[in-house]
Amino acid sequence: MKFLLVEDNAELANAICARMRMDGHVVDHADRIQDAFAFSETGDYDLILLDIMLPDGDGRSFLKQHRDGRKDTPVIVLTARSQVSDRISMLDLGADDYVTKPFDHEELQARCRAVLRRKAGTGQGVIELGNVRFDPVAGSLTVDGKAITLRNRELRLLELLINAPGQIFPKHKLFDRLFSYDEDVSENAIEVYIGRLRRHLEHASLRITTLRGLGYRLDHE
Amino acid sequence: MSDTVNVSGSLRTRLTLTLIGGAAVLTVLVFVVIRGYVAQIAQQGQDSILAASVSSILDAAILREGAVEVDFPYASLSMLSTDADDRVFYAIYQDDGLLSGYDILPEPTAVSGAATVHRTVDLDGTAIRMATAARTLIGADTRTIVSVSIAQTQEALAVTLNRISRNVVIFGAGFFLLTVVLSFWATSTTIRPLRRLANSITRRGPDDLSPVAGPVPNEMAPLVASLNRLMGRLDTSLKQSEDFIAEAAHRVRTPLATVRSHAEATLQRVDRDENRMALRAMIRAIDESSRAAGQLLDHAMITFRADHLEREQVDLLEMVRELVIRMTPVAQMKDINLHVTGVDSVVATGDAILLQNALRNLIDNALKYSPPESEIAIQVMAHPKPRIEIRDQGPGFPPDEIDDLTTRFSRGDNARGIIGSGLGLTIAQDVAEAHGGTLTLSNLPGGGACATFSL
Repeated sequence: MKFLLVEDNAELANAICARMRMDGHVVDHADRIQDAFAFSETGDYDLILLDIMLPDGDGRSFLKQHRDGRKDTPVIVLTARSQVSDRISMLDLGADDYVTKPFDHEELQARCRAVLRRKAGTGQGVIELGNVRFDPVAGSLTVDGKAITLRNRELRLLELLINAPGQIFPKHKLFDRLFSYDEDVSENAIEVYIGRLRRHLEHASLRITTLRGLGYRLDHE
Repeated sequence: MSDTVNVSGSLRTRLTLTLIGGAAVLTVLVFVVIRGYVAQIAQQGQDSILAASVSSILDAAILREGAVEVDFPYASLSMLSTDADDRVFYAIYQDDGLLSGYDILPEPTAVSGAATVHRTVDLDGTAIRMATAARTLIGADTRTIVSVSIAQTQEALAVTLNRISRNVVIFGAGFFLLTVVLSFWATSTTIRPLRRLANSITRRGPDDLSPVAGPVPNEMAPLVASLNRLMGRLDTSLKQSEDFIAEAAHRVRTPLATVRSHAEATLQRVDRDENRMALRAMIRAIDESSRAAGQLLDHAMITFRADHLEREQVDLLEMVRELVIRMTPVAQMKDINLHVTGVDSVVATGDAILLQNALRNLIDNALKYSPPESEIAIQVMAHPKPRIEIRDQGPGFPPDEIDDLTTRFSRGDNARGIIGSGLGLTIAQDVAEAHGGTLTLSNLPGGGACATFSL
């Protein structure tokens, strides 16, 4: 997906961009409202991540102008404020959602997906592999044209694996992505989800292979 | 800031009582003065008739061959007749001897000149008014002094005085009653601007700290001026502290966000277990401190707002539904299902921002303690009181600590490993209490916690 990040703190922007690119997203970075307008006019973005306190103005004014210009690119506000009233006013101004800094990257991804789903923007980034069709935004999986319902964690696991077929994912990498930092579970919990995913993919042309001591790999027959 | 005001006396009562008291004193004074004046005039009337009577008798006295003859006309005494049949006494003296009349009258003292002397004497317990005059009669070779005293009881005078007194009393009472009515009117007119000022300030919203603009009487100007100055200072300091809170949050959270994002990105790149553990611990610590900072600021805001509730009609069901939409992406990450039930709409009166904050904290708590792939049931009920029940399938509250969990910074024994500040339940309870409601924590029979937030 293609993101526009409007954030004046260079360090934070670098960190967010680095993290996003790791997941294969394209990120443009603007550190001023002026630049943000320039970017949003020319680029075709799936989502805008907007900081509120910017050097040349309030992010809310960007939001308002953005909406007045009848642009429907979804906007998720990154706020460092905690007051609820502030959040409410941002939603009133046309933000689709907000996350409070510091935010969990997985949570931001989940919110992006939810916003895109609400905007009926499904169909982006659909992956078709053999008899499998996977829409990460809608969270839908069809095998041989038959819809299969996945739980959220199964879905995120599949998304990780299907984006890089043939690549070996160590158990701990998958664990770090799937479980939040305060969940008190062992890394072996990942086996449960691998097992479920295997059952869902029973009739698919995809196989999840366990490589003892190394991790898991998705293979396409 | 409650309604405790050190009240001592009432301006209205004091003003009314002062006016009525003044009127009472004035009424009595007017009564005494008028009565005294009327008595004096009436007495003068009686005195002048007595004097006329005396002088008409003296005029009739002649000296014939050394003997005094007094042949006074009947009218001399009949002019004294009254409605009350006052008794009349007379006595005529030649030199010092009684010539004619009643000897019960006191003898005249040395009378000088032609002046008539009036005095009130006591005759067998009755007060009588007596006029005495003397005249020197000169014959061929004799001269003698004739003095005449006429006395009259004062029945008619008393009757007149009583009648006048009664009228004066009626007049005085009327005057007094009128003054009482006037003093109530005057008091309420005087108090009205004060009341108007109090009303205009009471009716204000909690955020309205603008100066009082309406016209006020001269005497209230210093009060209103200092009130305006006070509100100005309060407004400035509130704005400053709000800006300060926002700025503080920004300053604290932005670097934390940088550290967290870097840590997350780095975590994806390292493979050694001890490095991963260290990074995970770092992220947890960041979450812990940012959450604590956030809730401290929320708590400060709630403490402030609880004193100035901005009440409005709030649909609790709609509010819960919106919150659930916001929180669903987070819930889904743990495959937790947020299930809301309730009838059409549950309308309550309250501060929307506070209520939303409290409910968010309660749902947040339920999310944190729920196991993956479980359900959180949120039920919104209107009767008997608007209330919201949040049930989860987590471990429940520790039974022996359940009463202390709403204390600031207290966390249950089972909270270890879960990120929290110990302020969430305190915030929810403070909000409930600010609205006159309660927060009840209990454990469900089949396991799981139940938080009931009722207004």
